[in-house]
Amino acid sequence: MIIKGRVHKFGDDINTDDIIAAKYLVSTDAKELGKHCMETIDPKFSQAVSPGDIIVAGNNFGCGSSREHAPLAIKGSGVSAVIAKSFAAIFFRNAINIGLPFLESLDADKINSGDIIEIDLAAGLIKNITQGQNYKTEAFPEFLRDIVEEGGLMNYIKKRVEK
Amino acid sequence: MAYTIAEKILLAHCGRKDIKPGEFIQADVDVALANDITAPLAISEFKKSGFKRVFNKNKVVLVPDHFAPAKDLKSANQCRVLADFAREQGIKNYFEVGRMGIEHALLPEQGIVLPGDLVIGADSHTCTYGALGAYGTGVGSTDMARAYIDGKCWLKVPASIKFAYKGKLGKWIGGKDLILYTIGKIGVDGASYKVMEFCGPVIDKLGMDDRFTMSNMAIEAGARAGLIAPDATTRKFVSRFKRKPRFYQSDSDAVYEKTYEWNVTKLEPLVACPHLPSNVKPASSLKNIKVDQVVIGSCTNGRISDLRIAAKILKGKKAAPGVKLIVFPATQKIYLEAVKEGLAEIFVKAGGVFSTPTCGPCLGGHMGILTEGEVAIATTNRNFLGRMGSPKSFVYLSGPAVAAASAVTGKITHPDKIK
Repeated sequence: MIIKGRVHKFGDDINTDDIIAAKYLVSTDAKELGKHCMETIDPKFSQAVSPGDIIVAGNNFGCGSSREHAPLAIKGSGVSAVIAKSFAAIFFRNAINIGLPFLESLDADKINSGDIIEIDLAAGLIKNITQGQNYKTEAFPEFLRDIVEEGGLMNYIKKRVEK
Repeated sequence: MAYTIAEKILLAHCGRKDIKPGEFIQADVDVALANDITAPLAISEFKKSGFKRVFNKNKVVLVPDHFAPAKDLKSANQCRVLADFAREQGIKNYFEVGRMGIEHALLPEQGIVLPGDLVIGADSHTCTYGALGAYGTGVGSTDMARAYIDGKCWLKVPASIKFAYKGKLGKWIGGKDLILYTIGKIGVDGASYKVMEFCGPVIDKLGMDDRFTMSNMAIEAGARAGLIAPDATTRKFVSRFKRKPRFYQSDSDAVYEKTYEWNVTKLEPLVACPHLPSNVKPASSLKNIKVDQVVIGSCTNGRISDLRIAAKILKGKKAAPGVKLIVFPATQKIYLEAVKEGLAEIFVKAGGVFSTPTCGPCLGGHMGILTEGEVAIATTNRNFLGRMGSPKSFVYLSGPAVAAASAVTGKITHPDKIK
């Protein structure tokens, strides 16, 4: 899968309260949640995002709560993928489980807000079109790739467990 | 092969001959817990999948605690989803308002989680159960929906980090100070994807309530679990329950990725300053930080011994003018104990709110939202930007002693200052 979009850059330790504040957890609708994505730290984010844009962040992205509403809000805002230097463990599994495309890359630091980048998920390749650079990341282990390729955990399980 | 407690519990639940850190396993869960925020999404995913019955109605636990008692119509609807699903599936471990508690205080109290169990919870503070020598770990709603289908969860076996605490704890020092000290040292991602194992003579002497506080905040260092080896204290705590616990100990030659060893004899009461739990300073170093609100409670510090500490300081005192004091016991049982022991009266006479159990204020849900410019000191677990309300408010975290002392003076205060 190739994803191309404009970058919105964030720092380290972006937590799940930043991504979607608790007061909005009275909905499970991705579009509704998406309207308030990143609101705590960037109130204009949801208006600034164009469909397909990409979030790039530092270390420990998605730390804090287990709320799956966080990756859902990102999806619902129109963001197509997240790149971070590292992800918090629960956010990582939620993103895998719901099929939010993401990559871990230490080169995230080199990417600037507004850059146009292209991601080849399967190959673990990030092409920074604006800066004319390529960054290689480590591909996910096979088990996780299978879940992602089958469109998330529920599809993966439905195929393997008999009703 | 030598194993840590965490590895032994995971091994016992995955039907394999051996495991090692980094491997993916499909583990059988003993308890699948969700709340009024995370369960509705799990239940809707489960229903969409076409499966009709949960894998085992006795292993599914539903606790409406976050926005309960329902704070508005939308949260009432979410709580209703849990009640309906429990009825439809015959789930007996559904806890109605008035009989409930904050999930991570409630489950150990009710004997639903026992040592040796593998617990997944669609709530990040599921790591609390590590205090019992159980592997509790936070997952998402889709993980929960999957567990409803086949009782399993995919896990990557984490490496363990050992934290050994030596010395003798000073007056007012409890589990909260130990865990804040730890997070202050290693940072909010200092144990990312790892298991924290707490041990040493200081832990051996800690009561269960303080142990729960420590394990509860393992997630604040990014950990998947925060384990404490079961001992006589643990055995006594679980002796009243019918189901058989499984007591695991780490092998003496188990492999740890890292070992930290600290002498905590000189530890002072600590406070985590805005906006990260790792921004830790001694309470005595914080001068003239005025507080508008003091929150004592939560899955971190809402247990009876926490309330006793707070009451000891607040007895015969008043909350300072302009300070909103909110005390919320973590379960109905603790609430009743606090009433019987006269603690509730102390809080009310101090000018405080004595609330029914709820996660409410901790996550900025309800029952004590902060407005712009307001400052709170809370015995809760997170002080992220906007956590308790306005993004222009400020949350400091502490144990119950500092919080109660701060209520009396109206600014962050070392408990020794209250005479």
